[in-house]
Amino acid sequence: MSPVTVPKFIGARIKRKEDPRLITGRATYTDDIVLPRMAYVKIVRSTEAHAKLQTVNVAAAKLRPGVIAVITGEDVKDRIAPLPVAHKIADLKVPPHYALARGEVHHVGEAIVAVIAETAAQATDAAEHVVVDYAPLPVVTDVEKAAGGAPFVHADLGTNVAFAFPLKAGDPDAQLARAPVRLKQRIMNQRLIPVAIEPRCVVADYDAGYQKLTLTSTTQIPHLLRLLLGAVLSLPEHKIRVVAPEVGGGFGSKLNFYPEEVLLAHLSQRLGRPLKWTETRTEGFLSTIHGRDQLADVEIGADQDGRLLALKVRLWQDLGAYHQLLTPVIPTLTVLMLPGCYTVKDIEVHLEGVFTNKTPTDAYRGAGRPEATFIIERAMDLIADATGKDPAEVRRINFPPANAFPFVTATGLAYDSGNYQGSLDKLIANAGYAALRKEQVAKRAKGELMGIGLTTYVEVCGLGPSAAMPAGGWEACELEVRRSGKIVVKTGSSPHGQGEETTFAQIAADGFGLTPDDVEVVHGDTDAVAEGIGTFGSRNQAVGGAALARCVETVRTKARRIAAHLLEASVDDIVFADGKLFPKGVPAKAKTFMDIVNVAYLADQLPQEIEPGLSAVHFFEPTNFTFPFGAHLAVVDVDQETGKVTLRRYVAVDDCGKIINPMIVEGQLHGGIAQGVAQALFEEAIYDANGQLVTGELMDYAVPKATFLPSWELDHTVTASPVNVLGAKGVGEAGTIASASAIMNAVVDALKPFGVKHMDMPAKSERVWRAMQGGAR
Amino acid sequence: MIPSAFEYHRASSLSNALALLAEHGEKAKVLAGGHSLLPMLKLRLASPPHLIDVGGVAELRAIARTRDGLVIGALASHADVAASSEVRASHRGLAEAAAAIGDMQVRNRGTIGGSLAHADPAADYPAAVLAFNAEIVARGPKGTRAIKAADFFQGLFTSALRANELITEVRFPETDGAGSAYEKFEQPASGFAVVGVCAQVRLDSSKTVRAVRLAATGVSDRPVRLTAMENLLGGKPWSDQALEAAARQADADLKKVREDLYAKEDYRRHLLRVVARRAAARAVA
Repeated sequence: MSPVTVPKFIGARIKRKEDPRLITGRATYTDDIVLPRMAYVKIVRSTEAHAKLQTVNVAAAKLRPGVIAVITGEDVKDRIAPLPVAHKIADLKVPPHYALARGEVHHVGEAIVAVIAETAAQATDAAEHVVVDYAPLPVVTDVEKAAGGAPFVHADLGTNVAFAFPLKAGDPDAQLARAPVRLKQRIMNQRLIPVAIEPRCVVADYDAGYQKLTLTSTTQIPHLLRLLLGAVLSLPEHKIRVVAPEVGGGFGSKLNFYPEEVLLAHLSQRLGRPLKWTETRTEGFLSTIHGRDQLADVEIGADQDGRLLALKVRLWQDLGAYHQLLTPVIPTLTVLMLPGCYTVKDIEVHLEGVFTNKTPTDAYRGAGRPEATFIIERAMDLIADATGKDPAEVRRINFPPANAFPFVTATGLAYDSGNYQGSLDKLIANAGYAALRKEQVAKRAKGELMGIGLTTYVEVCGLGPSAAMPAGGWEACELEVRRSGKIVVKTGSSPHGQGEETTFAQIAADGFGLTPDDVEVVHGDTDAVAEGIGTFGSRNQAVGGAALARCVETVRTKARRIAAHLLEASVDDIVFADGKLFPKGVPAKAKTFMDIVNVAYLADQLPQEIEPGLSAVHFFEPTNFTFPFGAHLAVVDVDQETGKVTLRRYVAVDDCGKIINPMIVEGQLHGGIAQGVAQALFEEAIYDANGQLVTGELMDYAVPKATFLPSWELDHTVTASPVNVLGAKGVGEAGTIASASAIMNAVVDALKPFGVKHMDMPAKSERVWRAMQGGAR
Repeated sequence: MIPSAFEYHRASSLSNALALLAEHGEKAKVLAGGHSLLPMLKLRLASPPHLIDVGGVAELRAIARTRDGLVIGALASHADVAASSEVRASHRGLAEAAAAIGDMQVRNRGTIGGSLAHADPAADYPAAVLAFNAEIVARGPKGTRAIKAADFFQGLFTSALRANELITEVRFPETDGAGSAYEKFEQPASGFAVVGVCAQVRLDSSKTVRAVRLAATGVSDRPVRLTAMENLLGGKPWSDQALEAAARQADADLKKVREDLYAKEDYRRHLLRVVARRAAARAVA
């Protein structure tokens, strides 16, 4: 970007433009949409984890009041192709995943029958009259057992292992053999349920006159959804419009292609009625993707100074019963990020993706990187414990120096920019680390349990270069200057809480000397925005924002060309600053941006070689990922009598590159850290041996409440990313990626007097209490 | 989350509510604050054909001191009880139990009568009514009867209340200067008690225990008195050591203790001992 001017809004702490409508109840979510002649869909779901469907009897349901149709898997078998998985994994085993089950079900919650009725209540009532006769089949829920052989989730495959993903660099065996410190640890990243505040919802409306489908959905990826709907339903893509209106949180769970989306699209066409389906919370727990569920056996070699010499990791990713859109891709990110922000060169990882009779796993905030961070950051603390070094020092000794960037890791990633010492130093100072350690010593002397936990993390985001992505990694943007000088930005990034109506307006406003209120950001409608990829992988600013920055630059250049013509100057001599265009050194001759807009559209003064109008379209293709980083510290107190862990302080220093709006960055960190706290201390999806989800509702699945959390102490360093002109790295997932390991390191630190070296998550009271029974003290 | 169809009746007065109840009896559920009933309806765990909404019966909302002691109307909200200076002055443990229920929204809507009638084995109020030896007053076609807390709870979501009866008030005997406290170890997902203990302890001027009642929720299918611990404390000089020793027997009377995702039996027994000790210690503090 050419030197615009001093940024006025970029970097400013301004309130979100979208908030007034959201907090006053004037926003439109998918479930708010009511269309004339709309009918309602209720899905009958499997109550068995693995069974043959002997009979699916819908006769009684069809006779219930208001019922329009009752549809089974057999009824749609030639109309809806199996659901797709986007991946670049060699020899991936892909069992057919039907929108409605055919013949066999593979997890509790799998859709079997769709009941369509005049009202939602009638559909719900009638669904109770569908009778499914199940013949149970053997169930497997344990990933290690499933990897070992029968019983098989999909008998036809003859294995539960969908793929293997090995990676080796250097000679880890030789390094391990000569390492004076060798450690082994089994580490579990438990299964989590995303729990967006807004459940999933789909409205499908097929217009038979236009032969056009409009699908409104709670999605993070409207354009990809358009593409996939066309493919699975054999509909022409230009006859499909996908709308993502207000979306109330996603965390990756709405970065997907779900049975209900394709089913409603098909049924609306088939029945000639607009249809709505809204998930209940209990239903969502079973049918919306889950996250994490990864088991690791870790072998660590280190020297006496705490230098990590070798890392060998066996990973088992529990895929659940099917591949959803990105299921197998997620754990490959764990593999790539295992070195963390450390210089270890000798590493071997063997990942297996394994089917079980559970809800499919897929992207959930952090998507593969919290798992990697948890493993490597636990490893750092295990090394510190074994060598008697301070955990901060162990991390420091393993950092690449700040002048080593771009830094190529053992797994082949090139970290764009970084200064890991810088963020750790700032954290140590902000937290008062030395004083905390002193306090801990005093507390221990009194028999009180206090723990201090560190994490220094790096993550991969700004997803990403298309070469590394299954369906393109660019982002598209259009910028239109209206004849009145107002700006419309159309972005393919489809936000669901990221605040880009504000940040994108800030970027555009600065380009033309306007205010954010002069800029309208349009998103989430494939008829309004021609192309896009979507919002996930902390990519909005780093990729979507970068596409916008290109548009700003193109329009600025055209404005300068017009000014050069009007002022009879060379375009290279035209300065465009603060909304004024003038020949260098002659500000008195300035034309305003509005003057230029008028000329561009009245067009009577334009030379032949300049087209009327003022707009731009760009696709930004990043040359690399971005790699945000930072250092987090947690202080916990443990009640020795009950095992209850209280998170007393949480201090973070994050580096997400250049910041467009600090308030939005902080908001992302607040929620992100809370979701890591949730994994560390509260949340856990538990299945019993029959494949029933025991934590099937919010009465049992502990999403933390605001009162469980301390006030965050946030700060940042700024290391610009060279990958995009904004210098932005991304921040949506950073808090979650960092916080679970920081807290668990603190919990284990608190329990040190009991000889505890490791604890799986969540550190719920009973688990902590048990760890203290028969401990060293 | 759509309940089965039901007929909705809004009671205009207590007598109207009783008439509606007499008419629909077994086929009806009484709706007060709705914070237990509505989730059950939405999950279709209950599908009563009739709902009798007593929420508008203002005469059942009062909190008053009478010759029967502290009398709390069945429709007093948890927030009302928690904030009542009358309650706090004499029955602090009851106010604390009310304040420990759910969250603000639940406390503003939920009612003491509704909570007791629901007889959730992990609810907070049952421990308090048992520790304070309260009487639950029910009115039905045959008139009014007062049911001792000890007789009221009969098992999992089961009480002595008959289908045609309505709880009108709860009577808490005066405490004669006894201190009280409610201590709760909360289940983080539901906010219900993993273990909750309400303690009422009266010491004389020589710090001897003149009266002690301890009741726990969350540990069984109904609230239970901790009689072993009471017996160890009763009539004896009060001391931290005595309390410590007595609390170690807090679970001694319990043959079986509930188990769930948040506490296996041994841990729950341990928590009961800790929570009972803390409750009793705060009762006299």
